[in-house]
Amino acid sequence: MSADVTLENIWIRFDDFTAVKNADITIKGGEFFSFLGPSGCGKTTLLRAISGFQELSEGKVYIGGKDMAGIGPNKRPTALIFQNLALFPLMTVWENITFSLEVKGVGKAKRLKRADELLELVALPGQADKMVNELSGGQRQRVAVARALAAEPEVLLLDEPLSALDLKLRQHLRTELREIQKRAGITFIYITHDQGEALTMSDRIAVMREGTIEQVGNGNMIYDHPETAFVASFVGENNAFHGTVSKISAGKTIVKTDAGELEATLTEGSRLSTGDKAIVFARPESMSFVNRKNSVKNVFKAKVVYQEFEGHFWHLILSGPNDKKLKMSVINSGSSHDYDEGTELQVNVNSKLAVALPSGPLAAE
Amino acid sequence: MILWFKKFFLRNGIVLSLYMLLMTFTWIVVMFVLPQVFMFDFSFRFNWTQIDPSKIGGPEDVYTLQHYKFLLFGSPNNPDPFNVVDVTVFGRTILAAVFVTLFDVILCYPVAYYLAQVAKGGITRLMMLSLIIPFWINELLRAFAFRILFGEEGTINNVLLYLGILDQPIDYVRENIALYAGLGYAYILLMIFPIYNAVESLDRNQIEAARDLGSPWWRIHWRVVIPFAKPGITSGCTMVFMLSAGALALPQIIGGPSSLWFTQIIYQWFNTGSNWPRGSAYAMSLLVICVIFVLLIMKVFKVKFGEIGR
Amino acid sequence: MNSASILKFFISFYIVLFFAYLFGPLIVMSITAFNSAGFPRLSPWDCFSTEWFGVLVNDARMMAGFKNSLIIGISVVLVSVPIGLAGALLLAQLSNRVRQVYYTLTISTILVPGVVLGISTLIFWDRMGMMFDVDYESFFYDGIFLTIIGQSTFISAYTMLVFMSRLQRFDPVLEEAALDLGATNVQTFRKILLPFLKPAIGSAAVLAFLASFENYNTTVFTIVSESTLTTVLASKVRYGINPSISALAVIIITLTLCGAFVHEILKRREQAKELALKKEEKTVSVKSASRGLLSNPVPMMVLLIFVAGLTTAWMARGYDVQQCKIEVSEEKRKHQAELSKIRRVEMEKKLEAQKTDTASPSTVTTKKAAPGTNQYGNIFAPTNLEGQVESEETNPVTKKNTENQYQNIFAPTNLEGQIKSENE
Repeated sequence: MSADVTLENIWIRFDDFTAVKNADITIKGGEFFSFLGPSGCGKTTLLRAISGFQELSEGKVYIGGKDMAGIGPNKRPTALIFQNLALFPLMTVWENITFSLEVKGVGKAKRLKRADELLELVALPGQADKMVNELSGGQRQRVAVARALAAEPEVLLLDEPLSALDLKLRQHLRTELREIQKRAGITFIYITHDQGEALTMSDRIAVMREGTIEQVGNGNMIYDHPETAFVASFVGENNAFHGTVSKISAGKTIVKTDAGELEATLTEGSRLSTGDKAIVFARPESMSFVNRKNSVKNVFKAKVVYQEFEGHFWHLILSGPNDKKLKMSVINSGSSHDYDEGTELQVNVNSKLAVALPSGPLAAE
Repeated sequence: MILWFKKFFLRNGIVLSLYMLLMTFTWIVVMFVLPQVFMFDFSFRFNWTQIDPSKIGGPEDVYTLQHYKFLLFGSPNNPDPFNVVDVTVFGRTILAAVFVTLFDVILCYPVAYYLAQVAKGGITRLMMLSLIIPFWINELLRAFAFRILFGEEGTINNVLLYLGILDQPIDYVRENIALYAGLGYAYILLMIFPIYNAVESLDRNQIEAARDLGSPWWRIHWRVVIPFAKPGITSGCTMVFMLSAGALALPQIIGGPSSLWFTQIIYQWFNTGSNWPRGSAYAMSLLVICVIFVLLIMKVFKVKFGEIGR
Repeated sequence: MNSASILKFFISFYIVLFFAYLFGPLIVMSITAFNSAGFPRLSPWDCFSTEWFGVLVNDARMMAGFKNSLIIGISVVLVSVPIGLAGALLLAQLSNRVRQVYYTLTISTILVPGVVLGISTLIFWDRMGMMFDVDYESFFYDGIFLTIIGQSTFISAYTMLVFMSRLQRFDPVLEEAALDLGATNVQTFRKILLPFLKPAIGSAAVLAFLASFENYNTTVFTIVSESTLTTVLASKVRYGINPSISALAVIIITLTLCGAFVHEILKRREQAKELALKKEEKTVSVKSASRGLLSNPVPMMVLLIFVAGLTTAWMARGYDVQQCKIEVSEEKRKHQAELSKIRRVEMEKKLEAQKTDTASPSTVTTKKAAPGTNQYGNIFAPTNLEGQVESEETNPVTKKNTENQYQNIFAPTNLEGQIKSENE
């Protein structure tokens, strides 16, 4: 049983600042939806508003078509997995998991059975009688998920659940959570500041900055077709060339930057016009070396500062025009390379992959 | 305001909200504030219950300042300009309380400091426990213990006589030494723990640094430790002062003839004097003076009320 | 020997002295419980005896007071623990400014002198009784009821402080999690908060009971016509002290030490559990905690004292108190006989001297007891503070001796009430 979640023109204001500004989206039932953004962007506040712990200053929350105004957190069809998990320390694993059943008055035998079922689901068989503090981080994570699922919510809310875990575990659990979601078929609303997580797990992502939702779309859209400078710089790595628009044509534009005149694509509905301040974004993997400066456009000179080897990629830190720091990624083809420090090279930016966006705040380093 | 109540009830549910509010209200208002108000009012009434109960609630049941006047000036037949006995007793009680407080500070500060900064693990626990144990023992029994020690044929006199230091036993009770020793003893715990808490949170490095810079030990205390421990010291002093000024059992048991305590006078008015309004007036005066005194201390040492706690 | 180590020596010496001051009176008092003399003293030591414990148990007033103290103590626990909990919970939800005022109010209950609390409670219910025109027999005037109320007024603040400190360590997110999973507020309270508070409830209850049991200042006003153990003890000043009080002290001290011992064990268990909760490894077994117990100095000390006491008691069982007492009283009689002989000789000498010198005033001044004067003189009257009434216990063996030079009203040989006039 899963439900749609509709946020209608939600504003959440506190005494000294506004946490959420005009959030207005619909999350489809059964979707794995993520809110992505840096700390303090308002995503946790929004999550708490959906689950009923945060009051709205303006706007409405609809779950399954029903207005949630005045309905307390214990009556909403949501379950929240807190950032610190909030497992009950004085209870065993199965008592934790079946707490939502206990408060409804379900008998002990039934609860034990259900606990076992759920432990199977989250791949933790046989741990029912342990105390919570006896489990590892990853195991606790899964108990938290099982506990939330036991409540049979229509919407499951997850507040940065993997942030406290180490890398390998995180990657492993990412896949697991995704699988659990598919199996249970519930709407998942997931909060994270890690864009890798968001991209790999979600059906759709909402990128947030300072209380505003800047863009909503699936991973592909967000990555390849960012709509704001912030989204472009926050999701994945991106080189930013600041400049002014010198020419606009259908879907394309030429921007005058320190690296020369760069041609880039425009987003649908872009409102850039000549003379506007713009930024051309080029992903590290969209850059390549060319041997000489011929009529290929988007070429400029750069010097290799140093190189990083990351297994499947070589990452090169370049010093471009005006000493601008650039990052370039080259697939490790196995052959030797001549990217030693100090090498001066001609770099090309793929105009079809480069995106020009109105100038705006970038993600902090 | 109403909004606050609405939010409160929403957040906590009806049952819990009622529980919290009703219990606290009963406690603070019904058990504490109202009785004080009633006592305050009562102190201005005539003693009809004794003199003529029929007059209660009648037209002659008006307010009067006679009790307070009595405290200050004595009965109308009083040859002296002031109620010498009561006023001196009052003054002496306060002074004695101050003295006991100072005595306790000086007595307990080294111990508290030692406990907080010098003693290690197991010894600390042992000391803590040995501090607490005497105080689980009834305050009256402790008073009696002092009586046994300080009586004319008490232990201390016996020891001193035996050692030949004295020819005649000293009447400690008459000299009030017993009482002061007893009072100082009684509230040690209340002085040690606030100071201990305050000193314990002092970063040991600060003391090390001071010592490193060549400061002698007494200056380290004077300039580094004591200013830091000020809230603890003030809190301890407040409690010891209030409790000493309001002590009743100890003066009754080991008080001598010249160390009558103000609380004993209050007790008399209730017990044999059968003049409850007057007793209330006296009690009220004690309360007011104590509060003023404490507020003064807090002001002088710039300590806020919120820092007084166990 | 540099200044630092001299200083250290003095400080250690001071600390030792301090603890001697702290424990001295109690140790002395405990020992006097076993002296068969009629007044608690260490010397002269008459006979080792445990008779005063028997006297204590047979003292009806003391036992009645004890019973009342128990009833009141338990009732105060039942009243002040819920109130303290409510107070602590409420405090956590108040805004800063209101919180200051609220906190000040609650702490004031502890700072206000106990006598004021007692008096105000007494007066309040008395006046309320008058307003509602109730029977004199009703609870408005009942000493037990009033004492429970009066004591709870400040003891609730104690329990509140206990709960406050425990609540600080509670993660409020746990409550949210419970709510989110569908629990009602009451269920959350019962299933999540109360289990967490359990140790605090225990400490608060013990604290409340002890504070109530030993309270005097407030109780003496609210108890009206009843009595508690403390008020009985205080009235002993009027009726005369005997070592049964020391016996009581011994019992209480022993109980306290046992309590401390048990408390230590429980605390170590709790600490071991908490340590394990924090770590992410497997639980530290409780067994290892109690192993560590033996290495802790405190329970060891208590154990030692206990064992020493038992051994002494066992060794003393062949000892006959009556025999010893008879011997002692024989000695005393002999001693007194000699003294009176000497005095008779002196008196004769003086009489002779008087015959030759009529101008010299009589130097025979033996203050005799002043019988018939007010035996129940109010000890709290400003002029009359050493009044003493005939002791309830009469030592069957000692003799009256009005010629005791020291005129000590507490001497066991001088049992008639004596009222010293104020020599100001």
